[in-house]
Amino acid sequence: MRISWSIALAAATAITVAVPLAGQEPPDRSRPPQLGPTPELKLPPIQRFTLSNGLAVVLLEKHQVPLVQVNVMVQAGAVMDPPAKSGLAAMTAAMLDEGAGKRNALELADAIEFLGATLSAGAGQHTSLIALHTPLSKLDSAIGLLADVTLRPTFAAEELERQRKERLTTFTQWRDRPSSIASVIFSRTLYGTSHPYGAQAVGDPSSVAALTVADLRDFHQARFHPGNATLIVVGDVTTAGIRPKLEAAFGQWLGAATGKPSLPEPKQVATRQVFLVDKPGAAQSEIRIGRIGVPRLTEDYSPLIVMNTILGGSFTSRLNQNLRETHGYTYGAFSAFDFRPAAGPFIASAAVQTDVTDKALSEFMKEIKGITDSVSAQEVTRAKNYLALQFPSEFQSVSSIATRLGDVVAYGLPDDYFNTYVRRVMQVTRAEVERVAKKYIDPQRIAIIVVGDRSKVEPGVRALKLGELRTLTVDDVLGKALALP
Amino acid sequence: MKRSWLALALGASLGSTGMQAQDVRIDVPYTQFVLPNGLNVILHQDHTTPTVSVNVWYHVGSAREKPGRTGFAHLFEHIMFEGSGHVAEGNFDQWLEAAGGNNNGSTANDRTDYWEDVPRNALELALFLESDRMGYLLQSMSPAKVDGQRDVVKNERRQSYENQPYGMASIALSENLYPANHPYHWPTIGYMDDLTAASYQDVVGFFKSYYGPNNASLAIAGDIDPAKTRVLVEKWFGDVPPGQPVAVQPTPAAVLAEEKRVVMEDRVQLPRLYMAWLTPGLLQPGDAEMDVLANVLGGGKNSRLYQRLVYDLQIAQDVSAFQLSSELGSAFRITATARPGHTLSELEQEIQEELDRIKRQPPSARELGRAVNQYEAGFLDQMEQVGGFGGKADQLNHYYTYTGNPDYFNEDLSRYQALDPADVTAMAARFLRDDARVVLSVVPQGKPELQAQKRKTSQ
Repeated sequence: MRISWSIALAAATAITVAVPLAGQEPPDRSRPPQLGPTPELKLPPIQRFTLSNGLAVVLLEKHQVPLVQVNVMVQAGAVMDPPAKSGLAAMTAAMLDEGAGKRNALELADAIEFLGATLSAGAGQHTSLIALHTPLSKLDSAIGLLADVTLRPTFAAEELERQRKERLTTFTQWRDRPSSIASVIFSRTLYGTSHPYGAQAVGDPSSVAALTVADLRDFHQARFHPGNATLIVVGDVTTAGIRPKLEAAFGQWLGAATGKPSLPEPKQVATRQVFLVDKPGAAQSEIRIGRIGVPRLTEDYSPLIVMNTILGGSFTSRLNQNLRETHGYTYGAFSAFDFRPAAGPFIASAAVQTDVTDKALSEFMKEIKGITDSVSAQEVTRAKNYLALQFPSEFQSVSSIATRLGDVVAYGLPDDYFNTYVRRVMQVTRAEVERVAKKYIDPQRIAIIVVGDRSKVEPGVRALKLGELRTLTVDDVLGKALALP
Repeated sequence: MKRSWLALALGASLGSTGMQAQDVRIDVPYTQFVLPNGLNVILHQDHTTPTVSVNVWYHVGSAREKPGRTGFAHLFEHIMFEGSGHVAEGNFDQWLEAAGGNNNGSTANDRTDYWEDVPRNALELALFLESDRMGYLLQSMSPAKVDGQRDVVKNERRQSYENQPYGMASIALSENLYPANHPYHWPTIGYMDDLTAASYQDVVGFFKSYYGPNNASLAIAGDIDPAKTRVLVEKWFGDVPPGQPVAVQPTPAAVLAEEKRVVMEDRVQLPRLYMAWLTPGLLQPGDAEMDVLANVLGGGKNSRLYQRLVYDLQIAQDVSAFQLSSELGSAFRITATARPGHTLSELEQEIQEELDRIKRQPPSARELGRAVNQYEAGFLDQMEQVGGFGGKADQLNHYYTYTGNPDYFNEDLSRYQALDPADVTAMAARFLRDDARVVLSVVPQGKPELQAQKRKTSQ
């Protein structure tokens, strides 16, 4: 291998001219070079049309690479799961490509893979997404498969049994993964059992064990209608070119909108509580600290994302600088607002080494309190620039553009949303950042989750007196383990 | 709009049976030059978004580490972000974020890469930062910086290996595949004691040995003007002093002449089986065959192992096959997790039967076509992003480092398009030997009896 390296150097040298640099002044390294004028993102307009059956299509042309992304977004998410059928939307979505149209599961997978395309289906809290990514040259065949999967899933009983076994085994494997345990207890602690956000979208062992083919068919019939769906198309296509193909594939799909469920208002965390889940032998403690945030369409969205960037949304954020760079407690500390149609969680997190769990919690609480005190002008400027100026780079791939368009569709954002994003972020003021920090971050009303080796971390955590401390086992969080061989 | 760089001649029709060699061509035009200090430079224009990626590869990785200092190449990578001669600690990230930039780096056996993805107006900032740490890192180095990142890296090891179910398996596999004196024997993340032992003096020595411009390649891809960019590169990298010549590393042979059966206990519910073999190195003859073999065995529902173990018999939760290609030699790996109620011995027997079959009987034209078509589509996907890991700037440096030709995309893809089903079987028979492999059982703690039991059949 070193031989090919030597050849490489020789070849490279042969085709180039060395530049005579003798006499050139060394550059001024005393300060960073000045930045030129900020470039602007100029996206082509979002195109919208509807098929003859009323199915809405949103399209953005992107012609650099002969690829096409077609996402079907359906208002069919876990929040629509009936009581005791948690995981139904997710299982319905997972079963869409387990046989559809005239193909069984294996034939369908073979057809998609032979095209060099990928097709995935899944459900989140509010929507199901069937995502097709295909070379332009295979678009016609691929769209037909996408329509089969969306409109004509087979829901074969033996495939459901297979999926069920796989899912139940996954639940068993969650026991091995402290981050999974932390996610489950975090959602349940914040939202309780009466709000859909308290459950995992994939359900739980008892609900998944009870799902039937009839449940899946009913859910699909009730929810998968053109009135509840939008096609999102991005890539090397035009409206004129793709419209007849979409019409042929989706135009016969019938059904009207069925409305969105109204969610109960989640109840904010009332006091500061600590939940310590014992994971004996864990090399680190998984920390999750959070409370209920705010819906996506809040007027405070722009100042909130700037505030979070300062707190824990970037490498130079306070949490990461403190816990990673200053103290070396962790490989990384973060925070985020999980924006959803209803108020999703605010979450600060890190995996910290076991023997500094208490110290890490102290630093977390210091920063969470600190962000409600004040922010510097320099922090605000850096965070705004970071968010706004990197925004154009997110429009390089058809799949990431389609994901962005998904937000426009899901939240009814205006068509000039992308082109005005930079201006909205740059208009945020320091006073607004400080206002939203005080409004949405309250260190006295916050849930603290620690998943780690209780025997090693409990005394230190208890001594912090952060609030009522409750200890749990993995069984308390995930239910009793299956009997294994 | 700018399709010129992507010449496509697509096959006319989709046959219902094994269709191959669709003549997809991928060309990424570039300009290349070498500075007097030995720095190789590659420039590529892509005006899709006003973004530029500045990407640097140093041809050094964990394979160059000394015994007792494993994990050092990666620890060094971390230290590269902590400031340099004219950049105070913290400023590297603060300045880039304030310009709307992102950055990262990664360390592998053979190379270390760094990138900054910035709006085009911040290109010069990225060049200043990269050139400053290439030329003047030691001017601001201190034992305290080493200590700080030592703790971070130890936590990276805890998070990504020790606290992950099955996280220590990959380390055990390398230790058993390679002899103790082979540079792939130890993990890139390193051993805890070695991370503890790493010193300030080690940083100085490593930088002087391997971080000169003559051991590096700079690729810039994105919304650039090549002529102006060349002037900026000469301005910022021209004063970086050349480093010592880097000698070819004497590499001991990696020979495995037995089946090693290894058991490891972990905090897991379900036992998992790993099988691993030594295979041809990155881009060497046989490497593409092993990639396709991995797809035939473990890629998708119709792959032989997935269909048999997961889909039909439902005795495994997952199964995968992968060719881990590296410069000094590769490893081919099969991984399967037992479903509750099933044993690793069952899994091994079923896998063995499929291995025996693929070694005798070539894959069908459909199986090969499916794999090759997926590779072709994957190459198209690579054309979308200029930056980040695996973006075009990273790929140009990858190909330059290992072949000398930055635009090796088409040659790489052609390896797959040229394959015949018999080639795949021939390489499977040659390299996936029953008497030269590692079989690792990861079992729940206290249950060594759940390991895969060797079959008592003669072959």
